[in-house]
Amino acid sequence: MTASKQVERPNTDEGGMGYLQSLPRRVVTVYLPLLVFVVVLLFPFYWMTITAVKPNAEMTDYANYNPLWVVHPTFQHIRYLLFETSYPGWLLNTVIISTAATFLSLVCAVLAAYAIERLRFSGARQVGLAVFLAYLVPPSILFIPLSLMVFKLGLYDTPFALILTYPTFLIPFCTWLLMGYFRSIPFELEECALIDGASRWQILTKIVLPLSVPGLISAGIFAFTLSWNEFIYALTFIQSSEKKTVPVGVLTELVRSDVYEWGALMAGALIGSLPVVVLYSFFVEHYVSSMTGAVKE
Amino acid sequence: MASVAISDVYKSFGTTEILHGVSVDIEDGEFVTLVGPSGCGKSTLLRMIAGLEKISRGHISIGNRIVNDVAPKERDVAMVFQNYALYPHMTVAENMGFSLMLKGVPKADSDAGVKRAAEILGLVPLLSRYPRQLSGGQRQRVAMGRAIVRDPQVFLFDEPLSNLDAKLRVQMRAEIKELHQRLKTTTVYVTHDQIEAMTMADKIVVMHDGIVEQIGPPLDLYDRPNNLFVASFIGSPAMNLLKGTFANDGAPTFRGVGGISLPLPGLPSIGNREAMVLGVRPEHLRLADDGIPVTVVVIEPTGSEVQIIGRTAGGEDIVANFRERHSFVPGETIRLSVEPGPIHLFHGETGQRIAAAH
Ligand SMILES: Nc1ncnc2c1ncn2[C@@H]1O[C@H](COP(=O)(O)OP(=O)(O)OP(=O)(O)O)[C@@H](O)[C@H]1O
Ligand SMILES: [Mg+2]
Repeated sequence: MTASKQVERPNTDEGGMGYLQSLPRRVVTVYLPLLVFVVVLLFPFYWMTITAVKPNAEMTDYANYNPLWVVHPTFQHIRYLLFETSYPGWLLNTVIISTAATFLSLVCAVLAAYAIERLRFSGARQVGLAVFLAYLVPPSILFIPLSLMVFKLGLYDTPFALILTYPTFLIPFCTWLLMGYFRSIPFELEECALIDGASRWQILTKIVLPLSVPGLISAGIFAFTLSWNEFIYALTFIQSSEKKTVPVGVLTELVRSDVYEWGALMAGALIGSLPVVVLYSFFVEHYVSSMTGAVKE
Repeated sequence: MASVAISDVYKSFGTTEILHGVSVDIEDGEFVTLVGPSGCGKSTLLRMIAGLEKISRGHISIGNRIVNDVAPKERDVAMVFQNYALYPHMTVAENMGFSLMLKGVPKADSDAGVKRAAEILGLVPLLSRYPRQLSGGQRQRVAMGRAIVRDPQVFLFDEPLSNLDAKLRVQMRAEIKELHQRLKTTTVYVTHDQIEAMTMADKIVVMHDGIVEQIGPPLDLYDRPNNLFVASFIGSPAMNLLKGTFANDGAPTFRGVGGISLPLPGLPSIGNREAMVLGVRPEHLRLADDGIPVTVVVIEPTGSEVQIIGRTAGGEDIVANFRERHSFVPGETIRLSVEPGPIHLFHGETGQRIAAAH
């Protein structure tokens, strides 16, 4: 029945955007701004890509080579990155840590957000506010007390140091996002389920969560991206080279005092951003629809 | 099926008391409508029967069991919400089978139950659709289907027809009534539409500001309203109410504003010179040479009858219905007299009915 979803979608291009119909207008109002956006957004990717395949000789020689183009593309940086550094290990670490932290945070955030939004225990509003305030505390302040705990618990230099600390900023964030989402689910649905004989847990799993899939996906994507890019905790809590995450590993291992291995750095950044890009493009539709509320009939 | 007894129930939200001691007895298999103006507490009372609201004081029992502390799912009631509350992510069949699934009914049995309910309501072709692919009337029917699949002790409806257009409303009204005649399940039906209440109910409960004004069969309420509120609320167009005083100078007489004077056959139980209100239904007015002079303001022919809105010399509006096709013009003065039988007398101050005047 997923096919019918497509059929039902109203064609919004017809009415409100009608004034964009004539071609010259469309060029000015739609295509030109889009072009600017695309250029601005994709240029860093372009720069990373060409730098990643540029021989070292071309990289600094602006006199003989156009900096925006590669004349003799080479895979030497990528080969170096993949086979002579611990990069594949970093990538794997990052995937594992981000996935675990995201999953953990989502589970906690769903329970917290549902409780705050719907169980209406006394003080729920204050807790909601406190969660939001917790999100505002910058990690650069938190990492000192957190590092103490990490040491005491013997987690230093293990993936758990990150898997368990990332939720400190992911849970408040996801909770806040999901609270807004749960709020848009009509109360009657839950009351109806209650009369139909569902327990709280069944209401959560059979009614609320299925209706919140887009919200869960956007919370998940945000959480995943935030943990993927996280730097401070990853830098402080992990020491061994092979246990590092991509952002930290690339920076600490590919920059040796003042020698920047630009090609490998860019290749590392490029490959490191691919999983996130794939994730986004895979879920982009849900992600957008989640911005417009839960229940659409 | 079961009877429902609501005994002296109070409800407060915080410090505001919404229901001030409501008692209603609903017999097994009865169709009862709760009717009253917006905000009088109908939905609150219904939700208390369903278990969605706590009972502040008093008690409610369903089939001899006091349910004050019983969870909604153990009360064995089914509720149809005003906006249907269909689960958007489930098909019609899943929506209808949801409660059976929760109960752990085997798939085959639950499918059969859903099928049977769908047949009763003509939903069979729609079973695999999602709620967003249904029209308002179809959604309404699914919501009902979801209720009857469970074969509950009591059906609760909260203004189930108010989102439908007029024609569909009339059709669904008949369907619900027919369904009730077929299933004979005890039903509590909330509406603020008195026509709905009149046409569907075995018994009407008229509520106003958190109290019950009157309980009775529809025609009893129509013929013998207990007080001014019920008199003005039941019936469309509403009963004409003329203010005046009672005069008993030899013959008992009603003296209204602007020189209206009507002899009252029989002696109402009210003191001389006391303020009173005389009520008369629009269909009980007729043209007569010795009637009250009334200036015609608006004429509304509906085909089957003509409705006249007129104004008395005292400035009170009067509505009269005629089955004959009179051709009045606005501004014309006509004379209306009350048919002797069905007039209603109320105390001017308390609004209570005065012993019938015939
Ligand atoms: N959760 C609540 N908290 C506080 N007051 C409430 C709550 N629910 C209802 N009320 C109040 O209780 C009164 C009765 O509400 P209720 O919904 O029962 O009215 P109703 O008779 O169903 O009206 P309508 O015909 O408009 O649906 C209203 O004044 C309303 O403001
Ligand atoms: Mg209501």
